[in-house]
Amino acid sequence: MTCPVEYVTKQGMKITPEEVRYVARLARLSLSEAEVAETTLQLDGILSYVEKLGELDTTGVLPTTHALDIRNAFRADELHKSLTQHEALANGPLQNGEAFVVPRVI
Amino acid sequence: MKLHTLTIHALQELLARGETSSLELTRAVLARIDAVEGKVNAYITLDRTGALAQAEAADVRRRQGEVGGLCGIPLSIKDVLCTKGLRTTAGSRILEPFIPPYDATVVEKLRAAGAVILGKTSMDEFAMGSANENCAYGVPKNPWNLAHVCGGSSGGSAASVAADECTASLGSDTGGSIRQPASHCGLVGIKPTYGRVSRFGLLAYASSLDQVGPLTKDVRDAAIMLGAISGYDPRDSTSVNQPVPDYTAALIPEFNGLTIGIPKEYFGAGLDPEVEQAVRHGISLLTEAGAKTVEISLPHTEYGVAAYYIIAPAEASSNLARYDGIRYGFRDHDRHELLEMYKHSRSKGFGAEVKRRIIIGTYALSSGYYDAYYKKASQARTLIIEDYARAFAQCDLLVSPVTPAPAWKIGEKADDPLSVYLSDILTICTNLAGLPGMSVPCGISSGGLPIGLQLQASHFAEEKIFRAAYALEQRLDLKNSCQL
Repeated sequence: MTCPVEYVTKQGMKITPEEVRYVARLARLSLSEAEVAETTLQLDGILSYVEKLGELDTTGVLPTTHALDIRNAFRADELHKSLTQHEALANGPLQNGEAFVVPRVI
Repeated sequence: MKLHTLTIHALQELLARGETSSLELTRAVLARIDAVEGKVNAYITLDRTGALAQAEAADVRRRQGEVGGLCGIPLSIKDVLCTKGLRTTAGSRILEPFIPPYDATVVEKLRAAGAVILGKTSMDEFAMGSANENCAYGVPKNPWNLAHVCGGSSGGSAASVAADECTASLGSDTGGSIRQPASHCGLVGIKPTYGRVSRFGLLAYASSLDQVGPLTKDVRDAAIMLGAISGYDPRDSTSVNQPVPDYTAALIPEFNGLTIGIPKEYFGAGLDPEVEQAVRHGISLLTEAGAKTVEISLPHTEYGVAAYYIIAPAEASSNLARYDGIRYGFRDHDRHELLEMYKHSRSKGFGAEVKRRIIIGTYALSSGYYDAYYKKASQARTLIIEDYARAFAQCDLLVSPVTPAPAWKIGEKADDPLSVYLSDILTICTNLAGLPGMSVPCGISSGGLPIGLQLQASHFAEEKIFRAAYALEQRLDLKNSCQL
């Protein structure tokens, strides 16, 4: 599904194609222009729906990040058997038997 | 005798009496798979050789008197749980070649109990979906009616059990992904209390919501399976160190002394009248069994979907950052600059819905939007939890529908992600509050599709859920009209 870009950029949208491109870059995703247009339209619908949360008075309400009241889980600092180098590398799409190979960065 | 149609507990008796063997049973299930899998498409990866070897080993263990709770029982596993040496894709192209070097804790526990692992079932990519239509390896069909979805995201697990392509299955539930496909396929599916079951080796979608649980042919099988996978695991820092009861001990026909709450918000506009009728009938059967009823209000239920579709994508955007084309999975070898390699590996490896949720989550967490979206959603989560606390001061269980309607037709909602998100409204709040929830069959629609009834309870009150589900199951005689 593609949608015309002029519709996407009309006024009152929650999100613009520029913002979608920016967020995609933060998320390390590459989107085609058609995908940017489609995503902008769909995100606008979703974000408009999510605005519903604005109806709630959340003054003084503590945010929940974990549903159960569990404190930090500590364990003894002991060595345990771990994956071997060979096992750890086995799924690497490019590796040399010692390390994962990545494009040169410096 | 059709071995593939039987429950775990029926098979345990046959195996114990020596009337069949795990090898015979596993061969029967593989023959069933050969007969129907072409129509159902429940599996992504089938391990025929491994299953037969495990079955032979189970028979040897049984002869030696080493009989685990699932000795020789053939199971399927949602493809989101790591299985050592057996490909695990999460329904995604980005993990097409991934062979885990270790077992998830739940898989380890099943193996220790003697189970036979047949293969890995279809799912919405990274568990993001409600119809199993977002899978890179095809859409599984509802065994009750092949034109309809089987639900999601544990759709392949549900389809494999409903089509008798395994005896039971493990799925995962982040916003309803066990209960909803169980409801759509006429099965029992339970999402345990957050922390009841280890998440070690479960490929993470939304870590504060994800939980593993079984999909089974009846309530007793669900109790057996949940008992087998529950328990504290030091490798999952969110697992809770609480003793695991014998859930089968809760399966008694009487239901006296318990109060069931009927949350009025779950019976609102948009609920299919046939679903409402089936659930109300279920409630009347529970009342006959001795339950008292009380009307309950959970006023913040309507904010659940909005909160979930901020919180879950936010967590996903962080969890899925690990798929970068370096350590495992797909890599675009044509890109020779690091950032370009990341972007193209991810963009080619992930499907549309996963990209959409990563972008929503990244947006919600990005500078300037955090307070408006993520913080607000996390505060709404608190209000939802407080609703439940008030409700469970008045009742032991909440009884409701699982889904607003029976399974929709394949493709019907393909272009409208928001309408799919809204179909999760009755299951999402359970996850936001970390509560246990079950779908148990309560009726069949005039179109011949199953309808489930949802039971929710307070943290670690799974036994109450099993009591109610068993009491209901004993009073209902639903004929499986799955014609395959």
